[in-house]
Amino acid sequence: MKKLVLLLVAWPLCALAQGETFTLTIKDHRFQPAELAVPAGKKFHLVVDNQDATPEEFESHKLRVEKVIPGKAKASLTLGPLKPGAYPFVGEFHESTAKGVLHAR
Amino acid sequence: MLASAVIVFRETLEAALIVAIVLGASRGVLGRGRWVGGGVALGACGAVLVALFAGAIASAVEGRGQELFNAAVLLAAVLMLAWHNIWMASHARQHVAEMRHLGHDVREGVKPLSAMLAVTALAVLREGGETVLFLYGIWAGGGSRAELVAGGAAGLAGGALVGVLLYFGLLKIPLRHFFTVTGVIVLLLAAGLAAGAANYLAQAGLLPRISEEVWDSSALLSTESLVGRVLHVLVGYNDRPSGIELLFYVVTLTTIAALMRRESRRPAPPAHEKAAPVANHR
Repeated sequence: MKKLVLLLVAWPLCALAQGETFTLTIKDHRFQPAELAVPAGKKFHLVVDNQDATPEEFESHKLRVEKVIPGKAKASLTLGPLKPGAYPFVGEFHESTAKGVLHAR
Repeated sequence: MLASAVIVFRETLEAALIVAIVLGASRGVLGRGRWVGGGVALGACGAVLVALFAGAIASAVEGRGQELFNAAVLLAAVLMLAWHNIWMASHARQHVAEMRHLGHDVREGVKPLSAMLAVTALAVLREGGETVLFLYGIWAGGGSRAELVAGGAAGLAGGALVGVLLYFGLLKIPLRHFFTVTGVIVLLLAAGLAAGAANYLAQAGLLPRISEEVWDSSALLSTESLVGRVLHVLVGYNDRPSGIELLFYVVTLTTIAALMRRESRRPAPPAHEKAAPVANHR
């Protein structure tokens, strides 16, 4: 049982430990940068820093991600390994301005 | 106004479709309107709570709280739908006979009704939480509040309308086949929700995706389109399923189907006779 608990705790921690970290900032309902190059074929972390006071939902159909980020909060996502290509994402709550693309190369 | 209408419509749609299915599946049971209505009200209260504590949920469990919460809500709904379906597998025939004989709703079936109340509440809770957060953001962000209210109301009405259409569509099915059809829909719905839970667990890094993309039929029918979205809720259609989603879908489907099959071969339990004496005197 102890081993199982250890495994359950250690597994996600290990997953967290590997891979580079990239940061996207949300300000005035826009992503900065709006285009971001990420490595293809390996895991990486994406921190989305919502500097607006209002919540936003980071959503990408192609990346299979849907995550609500409260106002003035950060969210961390573990993504990949991705095939080379463009992965558009939006802030669903402000879709007209909050748009961006990850380029996996 | 359009933006808020579109978002509220999207979120309402899923909950409305699930409520329509629940109403269909509990057809002929006395007091189901109250149960399902109670489920919607409970879910709406829960949605406000979820929105209030969104920050705490999101930062819990090393930032995985939201994914775990969503997965738990989905899996709870899957269990309730499975329970309902397995129970109906052995009771549907008698239920129809009683409905015909009495010519009105029957008293039995309170047990699965409590399961359906839970499913309704969970569906509204999950979709409603996001809607509340979105509306709050626009409200606090200083946009036009009149437009927001109008858009939100239009979206809500649109989503509810699709649910109503589905419900009346279901009622067109002859009673003889009715519960067979709703049984299949509930089964597929449960499998689809299980796949959704798998996706959240994979997003949290707790499950491997196995394969990033088993197939890609987004050119044929995208889950972003209205039809794709409706099918996504109803039968779990996914234009680009990952391996883990497909696995959860298939395992849930076959497990519930096998239990339904086993149950339908068993004679109805004797406790049932007490609950519905009229039909047994025939």
